[in-house]
Amino acid sequence: MSQPSLFASVIWSVTRLTQHIRTLLETDVNLQDVWVQGEISNLAQPASGHMYFTLKDSSASLRSVMWKGDTRRLGLALENGLEIEAHGRIGVYEPQGQYQFYTDIIRPIGEGALYQEFLRLKSMLEAEGLFDADRKRPIPELPGTIGIVTSTTGAALRDMLDTLNRRLPLVEVIVAPTPVQGDQAPAGIVAALNSLNKYEPDVILIGRGGGSIEDLWAFNDEQVARTVASAGSPVISGVGHETDFTLCDFAADLRAPTPTAAAELATPISIIDLKSYLVGMKDRLISSSLNLLTVKKADFENQTARLRISSPLRLIQIDRQRLDNFARRSLNALNSIVVLEMSQLNGFERRLEALNPLAVLGRGFAVVTRQSDNRLLNQVKMAKMGEKIKVQISDGAFDATITQNKES
Amino acid sequence: MAKSSSPKPIEKLKYEQAFAELETIVDTLEGQQNPLDEAMSLYERGQGLVKRCSELLEGAELKVRELSGDELSELVAGE
Repeated sequence: MSQPSLFASVIWSVTRLTQHIRTLLETDVNLQDVWVQGEISNLAQPASGHMYFTLKDSSASLRSVMWKGDTRRLGLALENGLEIEAHGRIGVYEPQGQYQFYTDIIRPIGEGALYQEFLRLKSMLEAEGLFDADRKRPIPELPGTIGIVTSTTGAALRDMLDTLNRRLPLVEVIVAPTPVQGDQAPAGIVAALNSLNKYEPDVILIGRGGGSIEDLWAFNDEQVARTVASAGSPVISGVGHETDFTLCDFAADLRAPTPTAAAELATPISIIDLKSYLVGMKDRLISSSLNLLTVKKADFENQTARLRISSPLRLIQIDRQRLDNFARRSLNALNSIVVLEMSQLNGFERRLEALNPLAVLGRGFAVVTRQSDNRLLNQVKMAKMGEKIKVQISDGAFDATITQNKES
Repeated sequence: MAKSSSPKPIEKLKYEQAFAELETIVDTLEGQQNPLDEAMSLYERGQGLVKRCSELLEGAELKVRELSGDELSELVAGE
């Protein structure tokens, strides 16, 4: 070991030196993104909300800080003696010359292994296509029956039922109870999902309330994920909190951040919506019927008008007119026939007259007949003396007796 | 319009069924293709369906049953 130089060329200030150390530590990438395992001690959380504790193991200790903002994401309650895994970076607090561990994530010990297993299963099922978007089934808008797979003792069931009752009390709910954490949970969840198939619910809600990743682990079971993907009805998964993603979530047709949200997503149309739809439908029913009546009435008036035009009565009137015409024409025809006949008759009469032998009597001739036998005397030799005769002249007749026969 | 071959009694219809039929009737009436007597009976059935729907909405109460084994039983509201 060499002697320190008594006449140093440069003398550092404490601040300068501390800054130099800080730069050394804070530019080492290995120290800026590190997981460390240890036991919590000297835990303190002052009013500022930041958390201060020491991480230790059998032979070393590490002063640690968690800022208030990061404590909100803590999935577990810290306490002295708790063995944890913490992620963070090494920094230097210059006023006290302290290097410290600034942690942003704390998880129970062993979770890292679980997480590895989760990633392995996830990528395997993903490669199989179990999570493919085109496998996702649509969620019905207005479910009649909703199946619920959860524990009957947890807050999740109460939350879901309250939500359903508030949003759509029309639905029928079938609860398939199952433990949701512990060794029995995966098999229980699979059995519950399968038992619901028989009832063909329109949608199935599966979930549980928040908890540590170990509490939620049943929902990362391979068989659970497969059963969810192949369920007979669309499945909405609501497991844990907003930040928790499980294989069940990936396999489900729809992922909800919480059980309550799952119940909301299952009832996109609420009873309030239904009431206003019904009012609208009632208005449409009435107005469409009124419109139809108006149209029918207009139709009717239209038809009435057409009927008037084409009515048989009108045809009869037309026929009657034609009939009148015929009558007039036939009467006329008849008249002319009669006139003709009459003039012919007159002709006959005149000709008949001309032939009447008695007609000549007017001109002074007489017709003489024998009284005994009414024979016409047209030869002198027929006239016998003393015989009675009848002499017919134009205006009558008289009797006579033949007194002389002058045969020529 | 698909004339329901034998219309179910209105009081036996579930909400979705009643509302769906009501919707069909209104669509049909809005088409204005029906004879008057048919339209009138459609209107009457529509009125019945509106009544049925609003009764169902007013009286709605969440029905919850629990599966145990293969049996369904009314769920007794817990705790």
